[in-house]
Amino acid sequence: MQAAIEVSGLGKSFGGKSVLSGLDFSVAPGEVFALLGPNGAGKTTTINILTTLVLPDEGRATVAGFDVVRDAEPVRQRISLTGQSAAVDDVLTGSENLVMLGRLSGLGATAARARATELLERFDLGEASGRRVSTYSGGMRRRLDLALSFVVTPTVLFLDEPTTGLDTRSRRELWDVIRGLADAGTTVLLTTQYLEEADRLADRIAVIDDGRIAATGTPDELKGRLGGETVELRAHSGELLREVPTDGTVSGLRRALDVLDESGAEGTVALRRPSLDDVFLSLTTPTSTAAKTLQEQR
Amino acid sequence: MTTAILPARADTTGIRPRITGITAESVFVRRSLLHSLRDGESLSMAIMLPVMLMLLFTFVFGNAIDPSGKYVDYVVPGIILLCAGFGAASTAVYVARDLQTGIIDRFRTMPLRSGAVLTGHVISSLVRNLLATGIVIGVALLVGFRPTTDFGGWVAAVGVIALYILTITYLFAAIGLAAGSPEAASGYGFIILFLPYLSSAFVPVATMPSWLQWIAENQPVTPIIETIRGLLFALPLGSQPWWAIGWCLGILLVSVVWGAWLFRRKAGRR
Repeated sequence: MQAAIEVSGLGKSFGGKSVLSGLDFSVAPGEVFALLGPNGAGKTTTINILTTLVLPDEGRATVAGFDVVRDAEPVRQRISLTGQSAAVDDVLTGSENLVMLGRLSGLGATAARARATELLERFDLGEASGRRVSTYSGGMRRRLDLALSFVVTPTVLFLDEPTTGLDTRSRRELWDVIRGLADAGTTVLLTTQYLEEADRLADRIAVIDDGRIAATGTPDELKGRLGGETVELRAHSGELLREVPTDGTVSGLRRALDVLDESGAEGTVALRRPSLDDVFLSLTTPTSTAAKTLQEQR
Repeated sequence: MTTAILPARADTTGIRPRITGITAESVFVRRSLLHSLRDGESLSMAIMLPVMLMLLFTFVFGNAIDPSGKYVDYVVPGIILLCAGFGAASTAVYVARDLQTGIIDRFRTMPLRSGAVLTGHVISSLVRNLLATGIVIGVALLVGFRPTTDFGGWVAAVGVIALYILTITYLFAAIGLAAGSPEAASGYGFIILFLPYLSSAFVPVATMPSWLQWIAENQPVTPIIETIRGLLFALPLGSQPWWAIGWCLGILLVSVVWGAWLFRRKAGRR
């Protein structure tokens, strides 16, 4: 079966600074694939190349079977972009935004209006349909953004950091919506900084660091590489005294507690799930930008 | 929500058609007109300001400049051009804002000519400013403006005004593309908005100091003003219309080429 997205040896520099170098990955039709990485790892540049906004310096990429450089037009007929790098029109109402996109997607005036009404209802924006987008909350704006991408159901949907800047509740609501879209069969390429987001939404995750893929796998595979949860020992003041990684089994946990017990330190223990930091520090080289940033923050 | 997006009709599934003809242009003209209509500040700038300036010049300065009371006949063409400048200047802000917010990027991922966004802003500016011109002429007629021309003269005068609006709008669209932000875009237009003051718009060139006369006679606004005034009052035109049309077409051509180059550079495939 032909891949929905095929990327090989992709490279891009801006003003002499390399952003992507030798990026390779492949996404199967119907798959939800997450590019997980910190700011500056090259996620948005990858999305921009795949959505025909930016030309790569080297390498090659196809979307829905078409080359993004040579066959940009057929690619544009089959994709939608939502998130950070695409905007909604603040001055227009939600309904007007949808009708405009409908007309620009080849629907007649009546069909565009009908589709707008339908999407407003289904993305839970019915009551706000006549209000200008500038009055929308962050969550409503992202839902409208997603609705715009489904005026014509795309073959491949690009979601560029869909929940960045949203509060926890809006984030969870948006996850439900995206999960629903994915279940309906659209191929999704998602970029995110949040492990939890990739975990909840993606069938497969690629960890991107310094413009190349550091690791690829299902969420469970990636977490497996980290050896499961970590036992923390903290002093009563809250200071972290000791961390012992476990493999997630009962005997593993017992061994970890034994290690802490033998060290004789006083304090409280807690189990911590692997965090994005842990994934990065284990998967990336210590000299990479991502790893350095994280270590500085610690 | 899970089944929400399953398309209801065949025409909303699968592959978007290539957008051809003027569909994209007409959608973007509508969008820009809605923007104009909802941008209260710019709309009042485009319509109220001309009327207020005309009343100011007619009733406050008018009798000092021309005690015969016919100054309104002299000043109306100048007011129209001055205000077309103010009205067109908001085009620079709209274009810069579209680039900054990234909405042009959304259109660029679709199978259509994204440059049509600019066409939308230009046509909308033309409509907005012709409307303002109509209102200015209407109020001018109420306060004693009495052109002596026939129907053909009116048509020709409106034609020249429309050409001027188109020209200056394209120039402002290019400035909007060149500016880094909407704020910068609104600042850059100042020099252009100042030009009508240094022309025969408000006082005859002969009343200015000689060094200023040279500037006033050799800048684009003067022949355009003289042409409009000549057409409205059936005066001998001489070579003025040729200079007027030449300046407009020249500036228009430069703006279109410059704008297209900027658009490719700023919203092209980097």
